[in-house]
Amino acid sequence: MGTNVSNLLYLISIVTFILALRYLSNPAHARRGNQIGAVGMLLAIVVTWVKTGGTSWWALAVAMLIGGGFGAFAARRVKMTAMPQMVALFNGVGGGAATLIALAELHRLLPPPGKPTLDILIAIALSGLIGAISFTGSLIAFAKLQELIKGRPITYPGQKIVNLAVLAACVGLGAALAAGVQDQWLLWAVVAGGALFGVMFVLPIGGADMPVVISLLNAFTGLAVAVGGFELENNVLIVSGMLVGASGTLLTLKMGAAMNRSIANVLFGAFGQVSEGAAAVAAGDGGTVRSASAEDVAVMLAYAHKVVFVPGYGLAVAQAQHDVRQLADLLEAKGVEVTYAIHPVAGRMPGHMNVLLAEANVPYTQLKEMDDANPEFSRTDVAVVVGANDVVNPDARNNQSSPIYGMPILNVDDAQTVVVLKRSMNPGFAGIENPLFYNPKTVMLFGDAKESITKLIQDVKTL
Amino acid sequence: MSHNMLLVFEVTILVLAIFLGFEVISKVPALLHTPLMSGTNAIHGIVVVGAMLVLGLNHKGPFMWIVGFVAVVLGSANVVGGFVVTDRMLEMFKKREPPKPKDE
Repeated sequence: MGTNVSNLLYLISIVTFILALRYLSNPAHARRGNQIGAVGMLLAIVVTWVKTGGTSWWALAVAMLIGGGFGAFAARRVKMTAMPQMVALFNGVGGGAATLIALAELHRLLPPPGKPTLDILIAIALSGLIGAISFTGSLIAFAKLQELIKGRPITYPGQKIVNLAVLAACVGLGAALAAGVQDQWLLWAVVAGGALFGVMFVLPIGGADMPVVISLLNAFTGLAVAVGGFELENNVLIVSGMLVGASGTLLTLKMGAAMNRSIANVLFGAFGQVSEGAAAVAAGDGGTVRSASAEDVAVMLAYAHKVVFVPGYGLAVAQAQHDVRQLADLLEAKGVEVTYAIHPVAGRMPGHMNVLLAEANVPYTQLKEMDDANPEFSRTDVAVVVGANDVVNPDARNNQSSPIYGMPILNVDDAQTVVVLKRSMNPGFAGIENPLFYNPKTVMLFGDAKESITKLIQDVKTL
Repeated sequence: MSHNMLLVFEVTILVLAIFLGFEVISKVPALLHTPLMSGTNAIHGIVVVGAMLVLGLNHKGPFMWIVGFVAVVLGSANVVGGFVVTDRMLEMFKKREPPKPKDE
């Protein structure tokens, strides 16, 4: 197959990817878009298969069966609550592949007579570096989300300087490679440095900041793939990789905006450090906490006109999404209006809560984004906070010394009554006190979210 | 096409892709941000094409073969896993189903 023909066929694949993203603007036909993209991907793979001309076809087949088999198996088996780590894992392997391509290309071009041009060398150094960062960074994110290593920020003095030094060394080595010191070991050093940086830069980032990190790593892999397209002079890699790079960047910025924090602050200002002052302030308030029994809350819910559920990561941990939905159905049968208010950074990846509730067959028309949800709280009788904390913390509005001051939140305290389902009074992940719990409007229902909801279901049924 | 012309051409489509990416993504509602991440994840699985070229062409000893082989394994895991996970997610997003078939 000639290069012109294959490039035209690749163009068709590119168009299907753009359509796949375009169709994502509406949940009604988003799935169709994804299927179109998959067909385009299949086309690109077939075209490439033909391009390689049948040499080592069996190696290609075996490698694709292994990789594809693992991908399909893992993707089918994974529970919806484990989705963030699965996305991180698939993102990481993509970055790893980009790095390997850079290593192989340099090996092919060196030593002479194949003297690679400057742009190819820059591309090789860049995709090797970014791919390696994405690979190990994603694996650490995976390990944190899978709770193989602890989710709390891991920090030590001088961390930023060490990280920056490693990154600077990588860039320096890459520059030396491009400038003419054409030695393959330089690229290995760049890749090793990138891998180390990936580990060190994700380790200090706490679980609550994962939505930012995951979308950033997604952008990194896209970028590494796009740069890899320059090495191989392959348009489909350049365009598809850059589409992903642009999308990941935009999503990262949106997540940052949803937390009112700059990306630099998320990446380099580990969350734990700033929270001490604020915790002290709030603890001094010393308000009282009202706790309620499931029966009381059930009565409140059953006789309300409008109930809003506010899910957070705790919902995912307790896997209580099906139970919440069942409770909502019961309430609706009693004539209560039920909606769900979703904060953009609730959970561990962008839009995490929407997927969980969709899994529990909650119709997406009931899922309200923050801007639509907030005006509704003033005419809400009961807001039920299930496993959310920082995203409903009024300190973000009122307390200038709070580390989350300025973060847009769901104003659940506008509702008549707030019910908070929580394990205990331990402060949340970031160690930030939440005055919502001391609000006279608030009642706490202590216990595991799933058990509490199950009790509520039983009690509402008996009413 | 000379090498430099090709390079300029490639940079041109790279920059256009950035703007296209921003344009298309900004229309995706927050409701679908997880499928968006997972869907773009599948799209950067296109890296498998590069890996296949490394494995399938221009052998220069066992090093490239091994590296290419591993790259194809990783790339295909990315592609298949990415599309399957996204499909599973999007399948779940439904409007209200008319009657309730069964109460679980």
